[in-house]
Amino acid sequence: MSEAKQTDSMLSDDTPVDLKAELEASNVQEVLDKLDRELIGLKPVKTRISEIAALLLVDRLRKKFALSSETPTLHMNFTGNPGTGKTTVASRMAEILHRLGYAREGHLVSVTRDDLVGQYIGHTAPKTREIIKKAMGGVLFIDEAYYLYKPENERDYGAESIEILLQVMENNRDDLVVILAGYKDRMDKFFNSNPGMRSRIAHHVDFPDYSADELLAIAKLMLAQQNYRFSSAGEKAFAEYIPLRMKLEHFANARSIRNALDRARLRQANRLFASSGKKLNKSDLITIEAEDIVLSRVFGEGDKK
Amino acid sequence: MMTNPGNRLTQGQFSFLPDLTDEQISAQIKYALKNGWAVSVEYTDDPHPRNTYWEMFGMPMFDLKDPAGIMMEINSCRKTFPNHYIRVTAFNSIRGVESPTMSYLVNRPKIEPGFGLSRQEGSGRSVHYTIHSYATDKPEGERY
Repeated sequence: MSEAKQTDSMLSDDTPVDLKAELEASNVQEVLDKLDRELIGLKPVKTRISEIAALLLVDRLRKKFALSSETPTLHMNFTGNPGTGKTTVASRMAEILHRLGYAREGHLVSVTRDDLVGQYIGHTAPKTREIIKKAMGGVLFIDEAYYLYKPENERDYGAESIEILLQVMENNRDDLVVILAGYKDRMDKFFNSNPGMRSRIAHHVDFPDYSADELLAIAKLMLAQQNYRFSSAGEKAFAEYIPLRMKLEHFANARSIRNALDRARLRQANRLFASSGKKLNKSDLITIEAEDIVLSRVFGEGDKK
Repeated sequence: MMTNPGNRLTQGQFSFLPDLTDEQISAQIKYALKNGWAVSVEYTDDPHPRNTYWEMFGMPMFDLKDPAGIMMEINSCRKTFPNHYIRVTAFNSIRGVESPTMSYLVNRPKIEPGFGLSRQEGSGRSVHYTIHSYATDKPEGERY
């Protein structure tokens, strides 16, 4: 053992390093490609993730040469508006970390404040610990993490939960990766009041909103996954729908698109029923027509504003 | 006659072997988790083989994927009760089994005084035998 270590450190500075072979061995490129294919837009996020993957890969190589021994801090913070793909990216991140050997199981445990914070004294610690134990070997994803800290109520148990999380984030770095997610402004406030949390998080990733074109591409991808498609008139109608919906309140990016498509499918089913005398074929079942979309109340409301 | 040098308690799995290392314990837990068994940590200072009522250290742990969480619990139990017997039990909830399928010691007191054999004269010339742990002469909590 000690002999092996010696030869490692005695390797001369010009020992060749095969980064490409290492990349292929980890199969991580596959996940990154899948991320690129299945997630539309999100350029800065994708760049950031491949940067993190590259860093970890190099770190793994350095470990082979005994240049570093500590596990790097991997805890992350995803900020962005609702429906920008934070949860999806987190589950991909779990897979990337698993392939690189930084998460033994590579599963994602997604929780919110309710799963961590208890309702009475002495309830919070066991509850938080239980979740942490479930997430070990994988990634703990805390959605809307800023709810953990409620400064207006000093008897709130959220702080206790944060304390336990901090301890585990520091001591069990090999076992658990924590990803926090939430709106940018509220997360900033959360970090300002919890400086310990900020210093333990290495990567802050910001998720931008989608543009209308990207949302249309997402809609087409979603439909394809469910074996539907737009007719050309339907696609045009949906392209008109998106900017109108973006102007309305409670717009949640890809999530709103998914809901809109669900409603369009409902109308399509209704239309097919109403046209009962007519013989239907397979293409009727999979096509979303313009009339399934223009009937949306968004067209009425969006025009008024 | 000394058949059990060191008076080491032998119950559950692996108890005739040298104590398991943490890596070995973790590998055994991994096996249990792979089979979908719920693992729990228990402790006692009454080592009689018929003592089935060990105290639970926290709740049984369901839906875990990785042994690290259970190792954390074992270590905190060792810290709280360094001189107790601690065992890890895996519970199989499959219908028809519904019972512990693994159980092994992960911690024992530094000094184990062992068991004495006591004889009782019965009616006629019969003799009843029983074993008695020397440790249980003292009250609970002061035994080791």
